Amino acid sequence: MGLLSDPVRRRALARLVLRLNAPLCVLSYVAGIAWFLALAFPPLTQRTYMSENAMGSTMVEEQFAGGDRARSFARDFAAHRRKSGALPVAWLERTMRSVGLEVYTQSFSRKLPFPDETHERYMVSGTNVYGILRAPRAASTESLVLTVPCGPDSTNSQAVGLLLALAAHFRGQIYWAKDIIFLVTEQDLLGTEAWLEAYHDVNITGMQSSPLQGRAGAIQAAVALELSSDVVTSLDVAVEGLNGQLPNLDLLNLFQTFCQKGGLLCTLQGKLQPQDWTSIDGPLQGLQTLLLMVLQQASGRPHGPHGLFLRYRVEALTIRGINSFRQYKYDLVAVGKALEGVFRKLNHLLERLHQSFFFYLLPALSRFVSIGLYMPAVGFLLLVLGLKALELWMQLHEAGVGPEEPGGVSGPSPPLLPTQTVGLASLVAPLLISQAMGLALYILPVLSQHVATQHFPVAEAEAVVLTLLAIYAAGLALPHSTQRVVSTQAPDRGWMALKLVALIYLVLQLACIALTNFSLGFLLAATMVPAAALTKPCGPRPLYAALLVLTSPAATLLGGLFVWRELQESPVSLAEGWQLFLAALAQGVLEHHTYGALLFPLLALGLYPCWLLFWNVLFWK
Amino acid sequence: MVAACFLSKGLTTLVGLLLLSFGSLAASQIEDQAEQFFRSGHTNNWAVLVCTSRFWFNYRHVANTLSVYRSVKRLGIPDSHIVLMLADDMACNPRNPKPATVFSHKNMELNVYGDDVEVDYRSYEVTVENFLRVLTGRIPPSTPRSKRLLSDDRSNILIYMTGHGGNGFLKFQDSEEITNIELADAFEQMWQKRRYNELLFIIDTCQGASMYERFYSPNIMALASSQVGEDSLSHQPDPAIGVHLMDRYTFYVLEFLEEINPASQTNMNDLFQVCPRSLCVSTPGHRTDLFQRDPKNVLITDFFGSVRKVEITTETISLQPDLESMESRYKKDWMDEELMEPLKYAEQLPVAQIIHQKPKLKDWHPPGGFILGLWALIIMVFFKTYGIKHMKFIF
Repeated sequence: MGLLSDPVRRRALARLVLRLNAPLCVLSYVAGIAWFLALAFPPLTQRTYMSENAMGSTMVEEQFAGGDRARSFARDFAAHRRKSGALPVAWLERTMRSVGLEVYTQSFSRKLPFPDETHERYMVSGTNVYGILRAPRAASTESLVLTVPCGPDSTNSQAVGLLLALAAHFRGQIYWAKDIIFLVTEQDLLGTEAWLEAYHDVNITGMQSSPLQGRAGAIQAAVALELSSDVVTSLDVAVEGLNGQLPNLDLLNLFQTFCQKGGLLCTLQGKLQPQDWTSIDGPLQGLQTLLLMVLQQASGRPHGPHGLFLRYRVEALTIRGINSFRQYKYDLVAVGKALEGVFRKLNHLLERLHQSFFFYLLPALSRFVSIGLYMPAVGFLLLVLGLKALELWMQLHEAGVGPEEPGGVSGPSPPLLPTQTVGLASLVAPLLISQAMGLALYILPVLSQHVATQHFPVAEAEAVVLTLLAIYAAGLALPHSTQRVVSTQAPDRGWMALKLVALIYLVLQLACIALTNFSLGFLLAATMVPAAALTKPCGPRPLYAALLVLTSPAATLLGGLFVWRELQESPVSLAEGWQLFLAALAQGVLEHHTYGALLFPLLALGLYPCWLLFWNVLFWK
Repeated sequence: MVAACFLSKGLTTLVGLLLLSFGSLAASQIEDQAEQFFRSGHTNNWAVLVCTSRFWFNYRHVANTLSVYRSVKRLGIPDSHIVLMLADDMACNPRNPKPATVFSHKNMELNVYGDDVEVDYRSYEVTVENFLRVLTGRIPPSTPRSKRLLSDDRSNILIYMTGHGGNGFLKFQDSEEITNIELADAFEQMWQKRRYNELLFIIDTCQGASMYERFYSPNIMALASSQVGEDSLSHQPDPAIGVHLMDRYTFYVLEFLEEINPASQTNMNDLFQVCPRSLCVSTPGHRTDLFQRDPKNVLITDFFGSVRKVEITTETISLQPDLESMESRYKKDWMDEELMEPLKYAEQLPVAQIIHQKPKLKDWHPPGGFILGLWALIIMVFFKTYGIKHMKFIF
């Protein structure tokens, strides 16, 4: 008889699996965490290299020398901006036209779902100004973008000055094969989103914007620039984009080669490059950078205008100039030369960047971990859930096959049927109610903010956040209420079926999340997997309850914030951390509505109901 | 050839010299010159220069081809006898900071594009099919004259190819390849159709020597920039233009050719020495076993230039047919012998007889880990399912 169809053999196999299950689960979990921590160490990290042949090995000589011009543009811009209070559109138009670009403007407006406390805006409106440099001898089929976001709190005038000086320099060259768009946006990322939606003729976030008058072909790559002062000590590059999307690694490699060529100090996540990778210090610093990148990618926020470009498959980076207390400073000419080199190399491209990796992790600017090497970490974590589900399945079937003997008319199925039907009924109720709670968590806060402000002395943003927390906490009381409502002859084994379904649901969700946003999938798996695996109604209930609460998605978010600030070497106290948490909740909901970020719906509609199912399992009577 | 001639006629010339006076000494000198005059068998020169790669970062391949074009034209071959095939237009590429120029030396010393370049096959017309049709002459009647290779059996043809290649193939335009076997067969067709007297084949690609391994037609000399398994490297990047300008091998060949003028007596052995390993990093190779003459008697200008031989003499020269030297020249010429009876294409095979090549032994590799693992898994499952007791019936 075959291995799996022989009942004796199958029982032996089942017993083997059940006996080895616990150690295997522990081993698998530890292996997953250890693999993740080992990602910063040399055999799993590789040096970065340029994969695109067209952007090959030859360097070009940069000739940008417009530092003074950039500074004078910046001064004028700042003065006009102070005078008018918003973006000086007319001055920008005039200057861009004098430099030789084709200038167009776009106005946009939007009413946010609730007032944004961090940026202090509710009814947002603004104007984007962009100038197109047409390629002298090529058809306008492809383009590159240099964008500078200007917001109410970050004037970014130096970057605007540099943009205009670069435009003047580029206009005098004849070797451009693609059009270059110089874009100045208002209201930070909202302006960028409005421009991108109008450029690609879509409307996914409900922004009202005027259509674009001038276009330049498909955008191949974009660079966003943020400078706070006219001398910088280092350039910080941001790669994580909306929903954890990343640009092609070649773009980062390109920027890094120009950093090296110009002798500029470039940082990633605000951290310097570790110099020696042979001793333990280099990889440890790399691990810190890696953890920061994982946290930033998991949050799914666009950390700069580049994050919004990625959705349209336009590779983009944000470069921030940092002015700190170092001795050696670089002026605008050095930054301008680096940008000129980057654009000149991008000019050589014949196809979109596709040769290098789209999924990677960065322990340092010159080291990366590819998807083939980091995926096993989350695979090991999800294996634990799979093993637990297998164990439950076998226990359920043992219970079904063992005591009840086949005596019915139609073979071995009837003894299972009564247990199954009761099991199904007692399963459907918790599932539906958890999902309904998730739906409530998703819809109610924004919908009921006005009702809340009428009855309570809170602002709208606070109302939204507090409603979120309230519904979240209300879910904790569910098991008592549901089990009063649903009259159960729930057999003792019913919780196993529920836990089985919950485990499979969790595995599916986490696997799908990990495929597109590895960091989010890994963080959630690392916290939720032990609690999910251990939960059962028998045993020390308060302990399991505490574990389950501590590993719920909201607690993960809170913990993540603390770790993030700790890694950035600006640790926060509990009170500050709580404020940060509330602000993060508000931003999460807001970004879902304004940019289409998926963290809030994933947590509310997917993971929170799943977590509630485990809570139900824990309190099974 | 000259040696054989002397051997047979040595006695008579010696007697003649002894018998005749100062004037007859001069007469024999004229005859030597007359012998030299008919030393090489060609009366016209053609050149087929092919650059097979497009895109801006392959600037150097176009520069390679244009350098050879420039040398060939300077040494006398007219545009009507040059078929120039360039797969992309670098001079007018929007990325070219100096439009209408293609430079071969950095700091823009030498513009090989020039004022009077005549490109016959341009851009997407450079395909394997067009190249083979040019070589073999199977061209539709509507093809303009400048796109045809109108060579005859007294033509010496220079064929220069450059681009990206590998072991046994050359890539055309990023979409198709020509193999060394196709090329060898094309040359055989040319021989059968009497389309060349002698052929010089130069190739500058990675693993270029693999392209001439399969030739089996007579009177072909071949040079390549690198051996099988080696890459040909590029020479200098220009920071103003932003690309590599030339490949090393052709760069040094160009330097060598710049020294040649139509009266040079430099021979092929000097060309074989161009670009040693220290300069080129790869090892250039050459193949002369199919060639009838000794390379040291072959002038560079026999292939790269179109030298019109003019000798003015006031003496009377009696030309005698040189039977023995002609016999020794065609001794190895299988094709002439086989011309006696009509030849079917199938009879030419087996090729191994003609080209004296031994078949290459394929290395045996032990089966890899994956195959072993798969078989181990299959065997394990088999025995687990059916019980280990069956094993003794199998072994």
